[in-house]
Amino acid sequence: MKLELRGITKTFGALVANDHIDLTVEPGEIHCLLGENGAGKSTLMNILYGLYRADSGEILLDDEVQHFAGPGDAARAGIGMVHQHFMLIPVFTVAENVMLGHEESKLGFLDLPAARAKVREISARFGFDVNPDALIEDLPVGVQQRVEIIKALSREAKVLVFDEPTAVLTPQETDELMIIMRQLKESGTAIVFITHKLREVREVADKITVMRLGKVVGEAQPTASNAELASLMVGRSVELTVVKSKATTKEHALVVEGLNIRDATGALVVKDVSFQVRAGEILAIAGVQGNGQTELTEALLGLQERVVGSIELDGKSLRHLPIDRVLGAGVGFVPEDRQEDALVGEFTIAENLMLDRADGEPFVRRGALQLKYRSEFAAEKITEFDVRAQGIDTAVGRLSGGNQQKVVLARELSRNLRLFVAAQPTRGLDVGSIEFVHERIVATRDAGVPVIVVSTELDEVIALADRIAVMYEGRIVGIVSGDTSREVLGQMMAGELPDGTKLAA
Amino acid sequence: MSAELPASVPVADTGTDQAALSLDHAGNELPPDHPSSRLNAALRDVLGGSVVLTILAVFISLVIGGILIASTNTDVQTASGYFLARPGDTLAAIWQSVSGAYAAIFRGGVYDFTADNFGDGISSFLNSLGFATPLIAAGLGIAVGFRSGVFNIGGTGMILVAAAAAGWVGFALTLPPGIHMIVAVLAGLVAGGFWAFIVGFLKARTGAHEVIVTIMLNYIALYLIDYLLNSPVLRDPSSNAPVSPPEKSTAVFFPLLGSQYGLNFGFILVIAATIFCWWLLNRSSLGFKLRAVGENPRAARVAGIRINRMYVYVMVISGILVGFAGVYQVLGQITTGFDRGIDSGIGFTAITVALLGRSRPWGVFAAGILFGVLQAGSYTMQADQGVNVNVLPVIQSVIVLFLAAPPLVRAIFRLPAPGRRPKAAVATGAAKTMVAK
Repeated sequence: MKLELRGITKTFGALVANDHIDLTVEPGEIHCLLGENGAGKSTLMNILYGLYRADSGEILLDDEVQHFAGPGDAARAGIGMVHQHFMLIPVFTVAENVMLGHEESKLGFLDLPAARAKVREISARFGFDVNPDALIEDLPVGVQQRVEIIKALSREAKVLVFDEPTAVLTPQETDELMIIMRQLKESGTAIVFITHKLREVREVADKITVMRLGKVVGEAQPTASNAELASLMVGRSVELTVVKSKATTKEHALVVEGLNIRDATGALVVKDVSFQVRAGEILAIAGVQGNGQTELTEALLGLQERVVGSIELDGKSLRHLPIDRVLGAGVGFVPEDRQEDALVGEFTIAENLMLDRADGEPFVRRGALQLKYRSEFAAEKITEFDVRAQGIDTAVGRLSGGNQQKVVLARELSRNLRLFVAAQPTRGLDVGSIEFVHERIVATRDAGVPVIVVSTELDEVIALADRIAVMYEGRIVGIVSGDTSREVLGQMMAGELPDGTKLAA
Repeated sequence: MSAELPASVPVADTGTDQAALSLDHAGNELPPDHPSSRLNAALRDVLGGSVVLTILAVFISLVIGGILIASTNTDVQTASGYFLARPGDTLAAIWQSVSGAYAAIFRGGVYDFTADNFGDGISSFLNSLGFATPLIAAGLGIAVGFRSGVFNIGGTGMILVAAAAAGWVGFALTLPPGIHMIVAVLAGLVAGGFWAFIVGFLKARTGAHEVIVTIMLNYIALYLIDYLLNSPVLRDPSSNAPVSPPEKSTAVFFPLLGSQYGLNFGFILVIAATIFCWWLLNRSSLGFKLRAVGENPRAARVAGIRINRMYVYVMVISGILVGFAGVYQVLGQITTGFDRGIDSGIGFTAITVALLGRSRPWGVFAAGILFGVLQAGSYTMQADQGVNVNVLPVIQSVIVLFLAAPPLVRAIFRLPAPGRRPKAAVATGAAKTMVAK
């Protein structure tokens, strides 16, 4: 079946998640939808699957316009979806999960034998090794995904959407999935494969469509180089210009040595990372989202629990310190997710400005809040940082993203800093706010503070960095100088260090 | 890839609901801080916000209580037997029963207009304040927990252990007047605080959920007190029933306006507790951190607030406040010796009081007085009108139901949903500033 999307547009409030997206997928074709997190891929697929309704545009199957009121309609029309997070019931068996939602019954009893037979039949067709009576919770992740595929195929899906299917898989399981996808393609299924991993794209894709910030920014052939794909993915249409002088660096301030971090499941997400940052320079940590940057910055703050290695700031270890002591040692932090980790939405601007200084002077004296000082401080800061709000008593949750970020910056930069860590400091911001945030980061550097900026935006990295560390799969591929070319950075983001690259470690 | 703005720039005309909400479609909308738009926003906040919602919830529950009263009234039942012949009789009977019941509540809870003098009339209200005192104290304890994101369902257990501790000091020790009372109060508060500390400690150390732990501790406290009341520790040797000896007069709360009124020193203490809670939540560093944990524990943690410690602190504070309700029960309300029913359901009613007071200290104070009035009045209602006092728990429960389901109340009264317009105003405001750049 041929799938065609025409002019799909979807907005959430002020955010345009999909802006006139056109996409055609032929039967027997693997069409890759490539893009950063937040590019609008998942929104588009949720529209296709009937979970969201598009503001405008149409979905066509074999040139017929479809109107999906919900996932049921989409499934009946022949669209199957393998979700990023599996939609399976752990305490049910494979067969029960496969029949869930369109249960067949005989004389009021569930027709489990029919479901079992179906699982066996599809398993045999594609060489899956799936026992229909196994409980989902006992199965490894890779097999659970196959159950999702079986579930979609059991409903005669002719168009299969894989939403970031490899995010949860081991490399070996990923390879097996690739084989399965090729088999499905041979049998005439149209496949939409959503990912941000370049290697996989080049391996299986017949066609590649790149999305960024809600728009289709280009199409590419699987023969395109990683660097070309990476620059399409992370490039920015507006040239970022940051006026900054040459860094006047001093001695090493932050020294990170042999850092290893495990996540909650025990998987190693940061592997043997070492680097130094000098006072008065910006070290940018580049890389595609999900390659260990988040965990690395959190470990610097003491937010990660399973950490091995050393972190020293000005000769003093930050390891094993509780978070308040790390902050007290002069570490300023702008978290990646400002609404979840940086701000209390229901609190006022003034309250948020003292959030990490709720102990001791000047905001607290003898256990009591110093409201007068706080009001003066807040009034001064919203002027200085150009926070556009009705006043200092406006709830932060009511501000736009840019103004929220300015509140975070105002709070962190008004402390006496010895290290400043900013993770994705301009994510989701408008151009004006981006400029402001960049100016502030550079000003902090010029004041002699070592700065770490983590960003998935290549342009931001290039605009700000004095040196760039590129991370891939938990490792630092290399640390290069700030004027390294995009092509080289793009290759490094795909895990390859081109020959002859000058390292600046 | 031309020089266009990234999609994340807020644009003024992005959707129908925003266009409909902005004040002027032509694009010259009023700035967010313009007086008339501010008034508009304030009006919506009040209408959609929970003050009006709270009052409406109380109103609906009184209506439902009225239906209950009318439908169980024998006169109404008789008259409805010939409803088609003379519908007026039924309506009159309904009016009689409901107005009679609520008038009785007013006389018993607020002011007895049939009394001979002001002093006798107002004694109803002073009685109500007596009933309100433990409800306010326990309500404050629960509310402080709510504000910190902790659901303390263990009021019953804390009240029981606090009552037992204060009661034991009150009847077993011999101390000078005043000092005896202070020691008894402190013993009760320590017991309540300790009982709650167990919960906070387990939550902080092991991640045990406080709802489960507090519910279980309710049972442990109940059977512990039951056991002690059947042992020489608490049991009055001169009594056949498992009841404690009466409190010594040196320990009990002294009456404030004379012994004929049910108002005593405990009420002064509960006013002090309300002021303390207000200061704690709004003016203290600890309260600031507790609220931060309650609203967004992740951000609080990143900001260096040690949330596990906060859970312990808030539980202890909550336990002390709830414990005061238990202290008041033995030293102020039932000073003739207590049994295992000494908590009188206050532990659970306090949750309603906290919800009704929107977890604001003075809101809880007002809600506690309202419940005190209803409680005092319900006894008069039963005595005068023959309406069972169990109508009261129904009314209280319906209040909780409606507070827990604001969309339902909004639907019944066709109120607008809160929080939409202000967000749109900020978005369009931001868009405007972008355009101006």
